[in-house]
Amino acid sequence: MRFVDEYRDAGTARALATQIAARCRPGRRYTFMEVCGGHTHTIYKHGLEDHLPAEVNLVHGPGCPVCVIPMGRVDDAIHIARQPDVIMTSFGDMMRVPGGEGSFLDAKAAGADIRMVYSPLDALKIARANPDRRVVFMAIGFETTAPSTAMTVLRAEAEGLANFSVFCNHVMIIPAIKAILDSPDLRLDGFIGPGHVSAVIGCQPYEFIARDHGKPLVVAGFEPLDILDAVHRLLTQLAEGRCEVENQYSRVVPWQGNRIALSAMGRVMRLRPHFEWRGLGFIAHSALAMSDEYARFDAERVFDLPGVRVADPRSCQCGEVLKGVLKPWECKVFGTACTPETPIGTCMVSSEGACAAYYNFGRFSREEMRATSAGGPLAEEASRT
Amino acid sequence: MCLGIPGELVERLPEHEDLAVVDVSGVRRRINVGLLADEALAPGDWVLVHVGFALSKISELEAQAVLDYLNGLGQAYEDELDALRASDIA
Amino acid sequence: MNREQQVLARIERIRRRKPVVREERITLAHGAGGKATHTLIEAVFLEAFRNPLLAPLDDGALLRVGGERLAFTTDSFVVSPLFFPGGDIGDLAVNGTVNDLAMCGARPAHLSAGFVLEEGFPVADLRRITDSMAAAAAAADVTIVTGDTKVVQRGKADGCFITTAGIGLVEQPVTLSASHARPGDAVIVSGPIGEHGSAIMLARDDFGIEAPIVSDTAPLHAIVAELLAAMPQHVRTLRDATRGGVATVVNEVANASEVAVVLREDDIPVRAEVTGVCELLGLDPLYVACEGRFVTVVDGEHAGRALEVLRSHPLGAEAAIIGTVAAAPAGLVLLRTAFGGTRVVDVLVGDPLPRIC
Repeated sequence: MRFVDEYRDAGTARALATQIAARCRPGRRYTFMEVCGGHTHTIYKHGLEDHLPAEVNLVHGPGCPVCVIPMGRVDDAIHIARQPDVIMTSFGDMMRVPGGEGSFLDAKAAGADIRMVYSPLDALKIARANPDRRVVFMAIGFETTAPSTAMTVLRAEAEGLANFSVFCNHVMIIPAIKAILDSPDLRLDGFIGPGHVSAVIGCQPYEFIARDHGKPLVVAGFEPLDILDAVHRLLTQLAEGRCEVENQYSRVVPWQGNRIALSAMGRVMRLRPHFEWRGLGFIAHSALAMSDEYARFDAERVFDLPGVRVADPRSCQCGEVLKGVLKPWECKVFGTACTPETPIGTCMVSSEGACAAYYNFGRFSREEMRATSAGGPLAEEASRT
Repeated sequence: MCLGIPGELVERLPEHEDLAVVDVSGVRRRINVGLLADEALAPGDWVLVHVGFALSKISELEAQAVLDYLNGLGQAYEDELDALRASDIA
Repeated sequence: MNREQQVLARIERIRRRKPVVREERITLAHGAGGKATHTLIEAVFLEAFRNPLLAPLDDGALLRVGGERLAFTTDSFVVSPLFFPGGDIGDLAVNGTVNDLAMCGARPAHLSAGFVLEEGFPVADLRRITDSMAAAAAAADVTIVTGDTKVVQRGKADGCFITTAGIGLVEQPVTLSASHARPGDAVIVSGPIGEHGSAIMLARDDFGIEAPIVSDTAPLHAIVAELLAAMPQHVRTLRDATRGGVATVVNEVANASEVAVVLREDDIPVRAEVTGVCELLGLDPLYVACEGRFVTVVDGEHAGRALEVLRSHPLGAEAAIIGTVAAAPAGLVLLRTAFGGTRVVDVLVGDPLPRIC
């Protein structure tokens, strides 16, 4: 077992699709939100919606870490990167995200030393190799990624590295889901819960969603069958009148989460009173900063930051897209002023952003496709498989 | 969000208790297993790798259970099809 | 048309507009072979140099000299590291130009080589590079007949840059272009994809990943000659899948021919290790560069025969039919996924960036 291919089988998908269709009440429309950008990516990359009946509508949630970074934070990071003795390190995901004055790629073209890394530990390696430079790690991500940053800081502390710091932009999923649940313009029938976040926080934190808001939630893995399975489980709960937190991804997610990861985060980081999310505005207790005990590893305290808040472009409707109120193509600037070449909003930047995923993978009408390809190669393919 | 890839643990490295090597389709990388200090990890175990850290030990038992369940749904579907075909003939 | 379809139609109209370079400075994306490169070429170079021979923007220009048809092409090489598993900048520089000529349907004949060397570059390394250039030239049956050398101050270049140009003779009665694909044609790739790009990525050691992947760099003139000899009238398009990978090449065909290309994920050959690297880094092998693989569009009726010819050559042993050409939706590449869905395969803006967190 490789834990990947087994969950990509087209035959099982077709069988599951039939079961999903059978679970739908005719004429009823079911709207589920996949909270996590990784799920959005899977859905588009594998063309998963082709297996869903018209009754089931998936909307894309706020769980894309680069999509929710406000422009002012990008500007602050670029400000740090421009200091002559600084090496800024970042995941590839961040490189194209626009701030008020361009992206990391633009700053790099203008001379800043910005390097892509695979792991925060690679940033540490760069710090060790360059003792006369200050190495900063641009930390982004939800609870999945925050423990890795925390472990890296603990390692830096143990090694006595003085030239390493973290620009902490870690955010938390539960406050974002709460913000969505409180949004008056949304009608959801349930959630597909984020698999890898849950490997850290466990499944318990979602219980209020079922209990207080009456919405079922199924924590799901990232292979396409996982997501179809989650949709089937949500429909089954609705059909049976149940409303629970269910763990479809039990091969990876322990119900209680990862104790060591949580305690490392707790030690190195503290809750911010509030944090601005791109498109969603300020959300209380929704992000992490470095704790006072680790202030010397905190880039926000090591460097003087402009900290200027940049309002989202007025034409950009990322907020509505992140909340699932608008489909990407319903945004006023989608595909015209805002494209992957010239993104206005962050949802168009990350390949996990709903807009970029839709633009790159899903930019054709499935209905029209089925109509025009009758007898064409697509139909031929369909009959072949 | 949060790209996580299953990898097979092939080796614990002697130089540091938290270091190990995983294999993903014949591709190897050093990772940190410090987040799984609670688990007994041995070569042959599968872990979920995220940004150079093992985030979770993958349970083969749970994986198989879900696959069995999915295949069961598939089987039910096949049975229905068979029944349908049989009734066509009749 | 419903609202979604109207929006999509508007987007397609905008995508076909004349490209404009918006950036004030050149970024690495302009060299990555994707949309940014395309924009730069159309808006700056083609705008300045426009002429009928350049306009098709194929891998080389076709010239008539006397009664002969000549193919003429040039390419620059700036790879880092200079030496990598499976090759070095020397064989790349020869094979790259040999392959561009081969993609024009030409028998490569003569090459030029221009070197930009950085002050301080070891002569021993230069010898290693020229040795492998000589070996590659001999293997491809071409001679390097003229050249140039410049040395720049330390820090003004990355060791060694090479530019080669080449001429070749088009001897078969072929007319090849990315714009010749027709509905019903088949799309074939000559072997497993993404190996050169993966090998380079690993050789840079930015991501601490190890895998037994070697560059696929190879001269393609011989295998192409066999294909063209077998069916000169039925080969429509030849393109080597270098920067931007197979996805980019196939998009060029879809755009230039105003057809749709439908690829089948199940049929695209990718080695397990390349899949592994791509999974770890969140990349798609369809966009990873090859240096010894090409995509060809052939008449659908003759696809089986074309595959047979390719597979009988060692460089094409794992060739595969990966898709078909359809009339609509024109300009789009679609992928039938292994999972049974359909999605768009677009051209990237710049380099594929790792998707990690």
